[in-house]
Amino acid sequence: MSKIQQINRRDFVKIFGLASGGIILGCNASTVEKKFKPTIHKDFFEPNLFIHLEKNGNVTLIASRSEMGQGIRTSLASAIADEMEADWKYISVKQAIGHEKYGNQNTDGSRSVRTKLEPMRKMGATAKLMLISAAAKKWNVVESACKAENHYIINTNNNEKIFFGDLVEEASKIEIPTEENIQLKKVENFKFIGKTLKSVDLKDFTHGTATYGIDVRIPNMKFAAVARCPVTFGNVKSFNKAKAEKVTGVEKIIQLDRLVPPTGKFFGMLGGVAVIANNTWSAFQGKLDLDIEWNYGENKTFNSEEFTNTLKERVKKTGKLVPGSRGNVSSAFNDSEQTVEATYTVPFLVHAPMEVPNATAWFQKDTIEVWAPVQDPQTTRSELAHFFNIPVENITINVTFLGGGFGRKSKSDFVVEAVALSKEINAPVQVVWTREDDIKHSFYHATSVQYLKGGLDKNGNVTGWLQRVGFPSIVSSFKPLSDYASGFELGQGFTNNPYPLENFRLENVKAEANLRIGWLRSVVHIHSGFGINSFVDELAFAAKKDPVQFHLDLLGKDRIIKGKSNYPFNSRRLKDVLNNTAKMANWGKELPKNHGLGVSIHYSFYSYVATIVEVSVNDEKVKLENVWTTIDCGLALNKDNIKNQLEGATIFGMSIALYGKISTNNGAVEQNNFFDYQMTRMKDAPKIHIEIMDKMHEPPTGVGEPGVPLMAPAICNAIFNATRKRVRSLPLVDLGMI
Amino acid sequence: MDVNLSINGKSYAIQAQEDMPLLWAIRDIVGLTGTKFGCGVSQCGACSVLIDGNLTKSCGTPVSAAIGKEIFTIEGTSENLELLRQTWNDGNVPQCGYCQSGQLIAATFLLDKNENPSDEDIDNAMSSNICRCGTYSRIRKAIHEAVALKNEKI
Repeated sequence: MSKIQQINRRDFVKIFGLASGGIILGCNASTVEKKFKPTIHKDFFEPNLFIHLEKNGNVTLIASRSEMGQGIRTSLASAIADEMEADWKYISVKQAIGHEKYGNQNTDGSRSVRTKLEPMRKMGATAKLMLISAAAKKWNVVESACKAENHYIINTNNNEKIFFGDLVEEASKIEIPTEENIQLKKVENFKFIGKTLKSVDLKDFTHGTATYGIDVRIPNMKFAAVARCPVTFGNVKSFNKAKAEKVTGVEKIIQLDRLVPPTGKFFGMLGGVAVIANNTWSAFQGKLDLDIEWNYGENKTFNSEEFTNTLKERVKKTGKLVPGSRGNVSSAFNDSEQTVEATYTVPFLVHAPMEVPNATAWFQKDTIEVWAPVQDPQTTRSELAHFFNIPVENITINVTFLGGGFGRKSKSDFVVEAVALSKEINAPVQVVWTREDDIKHSFYHATSVQYLKGGLDKNGNVTGWLQRVGFPSIVSSFKPLSDYASGFELGQGFTNNPYPLENFRLENVKAEANLRIGWLRSVVHIHSGFGINSFVDELAFAAKKDPVQFHLDLLGKDRIIKGKSNYPFNSRRLKDVLNNTAKMANWGKELPKNHGLGVSIHYSFYSYVATIVEVSVNDEKVKLENVWTTIDCGLALNKDNIKNQLEGATIFGMSIALYGKISTNNGAVEQNNFFDYQMTRMKDAPKIHIEIMDKMHEPPTGVGEPGVPLMAPAICNAIFNATRKRVRSLPLVDLGMI
Repeated sequence: MDVNLSINGKSYAIQAQEDMPLLWAIRDIVGLTGTKFGCGVSQCGACSVLIDGNLTKSCGTPVSAAIGKEIFTIEGTSENLELLRQTWNDGNVPQCGYCQSGQLIAATFLLDKNENPSDEDIDNAMSSNICRCGTYSRIRKAIHEAVALKNEKI
């Protein structure tokens, strides 16, 4: 952890926009000196939180990570408050601007709690120590005679107590304690950590007063909509703006050139034709009235169905051998009693957060100010500095609430558009994407095809496992012509397959990108979880074994694999969540007619999850009745919030399995809006039962994403259990099952 | 054209094209941003408001259709909405919160019309509203609890 130090008053005023007396704890801005390299998997440890205690006792805590529904503003604040021994009723949370001094703010990879819990606890503990020192000084007693409790420091000699707020002046004079002197609380003494705290933002969420990006209002701001080429990276050949200009409220029409990101970083923007208006709707209307002739470019023949067929052909032949393969699958298959083969496909998917991409920007001579729902404000800031040639310190990124993110709002192309337009019109402007824009011009979750072959001996033990996979790589969005999957992608469930398979071969086949490819909640685990869990179910059936027992047998002896991270894989924990879920679901029970149970297990973002789904299938239509899920995410910081996240992941994973499909024809995305890119709705929502393993002494691991990859395989396995019909290709709606 | 809108009991004199959807008149001209844009084609319910007590997707309703009528948005207050706010709070319902304005308005309409909705009634009434975060089971429970709370108070 960086050395904690007091920040100067000017910084404080800038951050809080207010001037009042108080203790402000910050952390060393050592990261500022480091060269800022925005990469999608940069994951380093930099404490960053600020505590602001006022004389009236109010405590303002800074949230450095973006809030997109995962409850991070509440969770991390509760960790500080716990160590500080603060009374929760005095706590309020402010969102940080995008700035290196806060440490890594990139809100993705289910890692905010994993990487920030300890630094946040230390921030709280430091504050507590200083308040104790201040009180001790005041009372002229030794510090060890004082303790903190519920916003007071207590003199244990005589039970005299003093309110936190009354210590502000004294505490401000206290030296910052060195890190060695910071003692963190024991698990059994936690007051907030491991309990349930409601969201600090509930009042705003239920009164319509939370400010999302789309709600930002700046005096004299304009509104803009952008028409983009239907084919990825196509550009404007010519356009006629006469009709659009006649729309009431439309003020200006501007051509935007594509901004191509440099290799290895940033997102750029697609370009197109922008309509500037004095309200959002006029901008939307003007856009519809543009008459644009496009140069469609090299992606104009891209047809996703043909591409899937190409991938299906490719996985029939030997692909590039992936490191981590071992043994000899060919001889294992030859020696097997039987072999099983299957090919699984998942289409392109899109995030479709309820709040569409949008950003408000004001470009003024040599400064840029942005208000936007971004997951990674630091990369946004660096990207703007790069494209607009403005020093990074002159760029302010105000992070609003995000109306859902799911990975889409990590890619700030929409911010680049707003800044480019503000520069052009010399006024603040809000760019709002229509839902159609969002569906048709995203950074898509890659389609995939997987071929699996397994061997079984006469006792039904798995003798060999071959898996060939092809999907366009996320790297293609940073480095064109990246036609094979990268190591980090294959590391999401493929190379770290949880079974100790002696003969294991993983191959990767070529897959070109003809759309912008990006990450979506749980990323490549969506493919790997679906392929592996579906295939294990097929093997169990071929071996005439119970699927839960088959998983347990296949996991073999308990083992711990150290790996490169600080989070060793422990197969016992995966078995434990499976056993717990089987118990919750009463696995093995007699089921009503036409009902079926399906199971899946998956390890992702260092968390262990097992899910069982109960479906009913009537007239070939599938309905989800119940979903039982157990997660082992180590220390559970905010329990009800974790349950809420897992409930959400259930619905999100269900939407993927039932409806998720982006297809293209002649290079253009065919779907438009929620009527043809459907979502799970309340009438489809099953009863959801979530349990969290009690692992308070383990470090915390991911929560937001790990529940997602379990759903598609558990649903399809349940359908098989009910009907003996095997679903290998998503989504179910395309098979007439919804 | 000059338009007079009555929103949550307050009168607003604005200038708007008569075919502008009510959503954008409320958000961009009146300046009440609690009502949300989600799809623009009456598919997701984020823009739900009540017009003379009737549940309406404001993105698909021209502002002219609201003239002379009472518009109720998430910035408003009513007995049922306050009960729902309380049980939304008790159940820690929202995640990102974006769709919850529309969810609360739809739930208010449900309770205005049906004093004791069954699970099926709730599913039918609430299935026009999408929650991408997936808070459906909490919404369902919070509606039941609002009914229970109301019965307790009587």
